[in-house]
Order: sequence, then structure tokens, then C-alpha cells
Amino acid sequence: MKALRVVFAASTALCAATAAQATDLEVTHWWTSGGEAAAVAEFAKAFDATGNKWVDGAIAGSGGTARPIMISRITGGDPMAATQFNHGRQAEELVEAGLMRDLTDIAEEGNWKEIVFPSSLLDSCTLDGRIYCVPVNIHSPQWLWLNNSAFEDNGLAVPTNWEEFVAAAPKLQEAGIVPLAMGQQPWQTTLAFQTLLTALAGPETYTKVFGDKDAELAAGPELTKVFQAAATARDLAKDSNVQAWNDATNLVITGKAGGQIMGDWAQGEFQVADQVAGKDYTCLPGLGVNEVIQTGGDAFYFPKVGDEAITKAQGELAKVMISPETQVAFNLKKGSLPVRGDVDLSAANDCMRKGLDILAKGNIIPGTDQLMSADSNQQVNDLFVEFFNNPEMSAEDAQAQFASIISSAD
Amino acid sequence: MAAATGPARWHRNLSAKIAAIPMIMTALVVFIGGTAWTVLYSFTSSKLLPKEKFVGFAQYERLWSSSKWLISIENLAIYGAFSLIFSLLIGFVLAALLDQKIRFEDTFRTLLLYPFALSFIVTGLAWQWILNPDFGIQQVVRNLGWENFSFDPLYNPDIVIYGILIAGLWQGTGLIMCLMLAGLRGIDEDIWKAAKIDGIPMWKTYIFIIIPMMRGIFITAIVLIASGIIKVYDLVVAQTGGGPGIASEVPAKYVYDAMFLSQNLGQGFAASTMMLLTVIVIVVPWAYLEFGGKRRG
Repeated sequence: MKALRVVFAASTALCAATAAQATDLEVTHWWTSGGEAAAVAEFAKAFDATGNKWVDGAIAGSGGTARPIMISRITGGDPMAATQFNHGRQAEELVEAGLMRDLTDIAEEGNWKEIVFPSSLLDSCTLDGRIYCVPVNIHSPQWLWLNNSAFEDNGLAVPTNWEEFVAAAPKLQEAGIVPLAMGQQPWQTTLAFQTLLTALAGPETYTKVFGDKDAELAAGPELTKVFQAAATARDLAKDSNVQAWNDATNLVITGKAGGQIMGDWAQGEFQVADQVAGKDYTCLPGLGVNEVIQTGGDAFYFPKVGDEAITKAQGELAKVMISPETQVAFNLKKGSLPVRGDVDLSAANDCMRKGLDILAKGNIIPGTDQLMSADSNQQVNDLFVEFFNNPEMSAEDAQAQFASIISSAD
Repeated sequence: MAAATGPARWHRNLSAKIAAIPMIMTALVVFIGGTAWTVLYSFTSSKLLPKEKFVGFAQYERLWSSSKWLISIENLAIYGAFSLIFSLLIGFVLAALLDQKIRFEDTFRTLLLYPFALSFIVTGLAWQWILNPDFGIQQVVRNLGWENFSFDPLYNPDIVIYGILIAGLWQGTGLIMCLMLAGLRGIDEDIWKAAKIDGIPMWKTYIFIIIPMMRGIFITAIVLIASGIIKVYDLVVAQTGGGPGIASEVPAKYVYDAMFLSQNLGQGFAASTMMLLTVIVIVVPWAYLEFGGKRRG
């Protein structure tokens, strides 16, 4: 197999002398829902336009399923040409072990330090002053998505914050609508909790708990409030028996559920279903209480491969991904925000504008992937998936366990 | 012992010994070596990649304070106990029924063994649908008129492990039945005739004469069932994914999650070492009684 590849590489190198270079790049990612697939097609289109070929390696079943496959391929000596990760610490050890390609020269050439906004995105790609990944979007999990007609048809005003939403819930239940849709994959339950935490206890508390690992604060009264709100959310979501996040979003789109706490990637689903922001659905960043944007998101890493043609094409893909045109096309489809402040987003809809405003105001917090190791994040995930599924687990118990995880987190 | 019989013994069956070398090497390097390596690294703080940073028993302390692990162990104990009892019981009863010289025996045997041809993933998915409250048994019974009938084990954290047990039994008992049937066929007809002449009732013949004679078959069956219990993983993944919440987690899944989701190899190794230890604790005394005793006797 390897010998065959060398022959291919050699023949491409020969052809390069006469014709334009065409290299196949296998790119792995976990973007498989309708909106996500539409967005990733934009990358493929832009990259194919450079004369190379995007070979799509989508892995279904969310990041939790995809990442182990990607990592084992990289550590097992069969690396793909490029792969998605949530930038932050997920790929930290792979970079430390020297398995990832250093992109610093391309970054300096493209002046990424100037154009990437907010700059913390690039910091998450940086290890010891070298840059190892291309940030492609900003995704913030702190949104509440509401189906307008679910409220209006039942004589309710569309809520403008979490409290109003909770107050409106009993009427929705009477009308046979599940107030809160929630998929039961572990990361979704954690997302709901983090969003409640940021919204109800404020961004400072969030940074102190996840960033400084302040266990005392995690056990304190501020967080008790949040855990009680989480227990309320659990109650509102008890009739929502779906697994995947886009199935839950679909409950909201079809009016079977009133709302969903989900990241702004949910927007892609609303768009695919031809829904109009502000008219058919409403979005409340930070649950309408504390409007902040988490600067987590997706980034592409390029594993080291011993093949010059592929290495060259990797560089081109990196440039394409961060170019202004691709950034606009991709992020409009994905529902996420671009990583550069200098692009024109006149086509952005109501919800994206809200996001851009918050970003411009600088109300940003780092993502948990950037603050904690994958191990600690998984412990938190385990706790919340248990909490949201077991009505007998009290808020006090969950808080005590949470505080103990935070005290030993890294 | 080799010294007593002289060096000539070495040359006996030389070709057979040479032929066995690859298997011996595999056993030593892959099984023993891999196991030793795993145990050694369970004492390190290895994250995504193995690193020699020793931390003593820290990984084990964390393991035994994790509620996910404790639930996994409890689930395995419940699944294991019931799976062992019911596989043997149902397998034997079915075999005894098939052994009554009934008509269409071949058809029944094929039907009952068929589930064994399916992988655990397919079994798990099929039973996920059968037990789904909106499409499966519950809905069928409700459509028949029992409106309040409720049977949704996979959505109830208290009994979810029994939902998995049902699927496991459905898949596995066919094989046990075939083993038992082979055992029953191996019993001499004369034994039955002698029992009949003595006027011993059929159930007594089975329990006091036939079953003790089938000791070897039972041991084979128990080993097969037990190894299936320890490694139960794909059935859970296909049926519930460990849910609802973490109510149907099992140790093998804990190991996988720790190693690949949490990127915490040390924790995964510690958990797999505990699994190995459990097996050793059960197998070694049994093997000692089974084989050690005979040598002395």
C-alpha cells in the first residue's frame, strides 16, 4: 500500500512539471446533519477550485464517536490529510508528540495574527509559539431556540428570557407540547448546564469554575441556584425522548417542542427547513439573560505525512479555509460566526447579527475545551448525562459531585 | 521432570514443536506481554499517549470513587448472574424437550439456533426496536385493547439491564441448547432403559443421573457463557448506548470510554486490570480444584 502511494506520489510529482497539480486530500470531520453537510460542501467546492480534490471523510455520530477514530488513525500511522477537532486541548497531546504539521510559516505569510478575531481563537491553535491549526468558525453553545407559533398559538407571548420561558411551560404542557427538547447524548446535557451556568450565574463565575477550577465556588450558593434551574430544565424536558441534537431541533421546528438549549449550529437546521429568523423562530443568546459568546469552535489540523504533494496541498487547503470568500460562504450555511472580523456578512440573518454584535462588544468567554482537558470534560459529561436522566438524583447530590470533579480537574 | 527422562525427549515430535512456536510466541508476546504492559501503564498518568509518569494507585482510587464504574460493576453482576442461570436453564430445558424424539426436530433446532448467527450489533438494534415503547411490544399490546399496558425497559433506568439481558439470552441460548442436545445424545440408551425398569420418574433421572453425567458439557457451556458475560459491550452500545443516563454502563464500555473518549489511557488500563483481576479471582481457585486436585490423586 505504502509503496503504491509512493509510486502515485512520484507520478504526480512528474505530472506537476507539465500540468497543474491535482492531489486528493482526505478530510475527516463529523459534520453530517443537513445544515452541516451543506456547509462542508462549501469547503469542498472552494478547495476543488484550486485544482485539487477534496475527498470527504465524514464520520457520523457526533464528535464523541468520530474523535477516537481520528486519533487512532493518526497515532496508528495511517493519518488523513486534514481533520476537524474542536480547537483547544483535544489535540494537545498529538501536537506535543509531533504528529501534527506546523503551520507557522503559512500563518505568517497569511498574516493570521492580524486577521483572526478574537485573537484567543488563534491562541488555542498555538503551542510554544508555533501554530498548528486553522480555526474555521466560532460556535457558541449559549442559545435558546424557540418556535414562535408554539407560543403564539397558545395565547402566550414569545419569551424573551429563561424565566419567562419557565413561566410559559405549564401552558405548553397543557397543549401537549414538550416545553424543552433535549437530546440525550452526553455532550448535550453538559451544554445545557453550562449555558444555564453562564446565563444565571454570569460569565465571571463560569471562568472561575472551569478556568481556575474554583471548587469552593462550585460548591457555593451561586451554583446551587444553577443546579436548581438545571433540575427545572430536566423536568421540562422529561417527555423529550430523542437522542441526536438535530432530532431535538426538529421537534422545535415542527412545533412538537417549545424550545431547545443548543449551540448556534442549530441555526443550520432551521435554514434547511426554510424557517425565517425572527418570524418563525426566535433565538436568545445567553438565554436572554447574560449575552455572551463562547469562542470555542471548530478547527482543522493537518497530520504530518511524508509526501510532498500532499503536504503542499495541505497548505493550500489551510489558505482556502481562512480566505474571506470561503469564510462567508461556509459560515452562512453553518450558522456559525466567521473567524475574521474583516469580512462582509450582509447576507447574515437576524440571529447571526445578534451573535456578531455580541462579538463586536467583546462579550466573550473561552470554551470548556480550551479550559479543561478532555478527561475532565468527560467526567463532567458523565455527571450531567446521569443527572438529566435520573429524576431521583437531587440537585444537591449533583452539585457535590460536580464540586469534587472540579477540585481534581486539570 | 525433563531431566529425569533424559535429553532425548527434546527431539521427539520435533516438527510438531517447531510448528507450535508461532502460537507460543503469540501467546507470550501478545497475550502475556500485552497484559503485563497494560498493568504496568495502569500505574501511570498516561493521557492520550502512553507516558512513563508513575502515580501509584491514583488511577485505581479514582476508578473506585467513580459512580459510573460502580454502576458498571453492578450491572455486570446482575447481567452475569441471570445470564448464567437462565442460559443454562433454558438451554437445558429446550434441549430436553427436543430430545423427546419429536417431529420436525431439525426445523426447531435451526429456528432456535438462528439468533446465534446474528452479531450483537444486529441483535441489539432489533431488540431496541422491539422494546421501543412507540413501535414495539408496548404499542402492539396497547393496540390490542390494553390501553394502560406499559413495557419500556430500555427507557427505565431501574430495569434497563434486564432489557439487555433479554436480548443477550435470545441471542445466546440457542448455542447452549445445541451443546446440551449433543450431550444428551451422548448418553447411552441403556441408562434410560435401566432407569425406566427401576421405576425412577423422568425428572429424577435427569437431575440425578443425566446431568451429573454431562459434567463436561456443562463446564464447556459455563466457560462460553462466562466469557460472553465479561466482554459484553456491543450489545449495550447498540441497544442503549449506556443509557438512559449511565444506567446500563458495563465495564468493557467504561474501558473504551476512558481510553478513547476521555483520552485517559491510564484510567482505561486501571479499569481493564480490575476486569482481569476479577476473572483471575474466579478462575484460579476453580482451575486449582479442577486440575490441581487430579494430579495429586
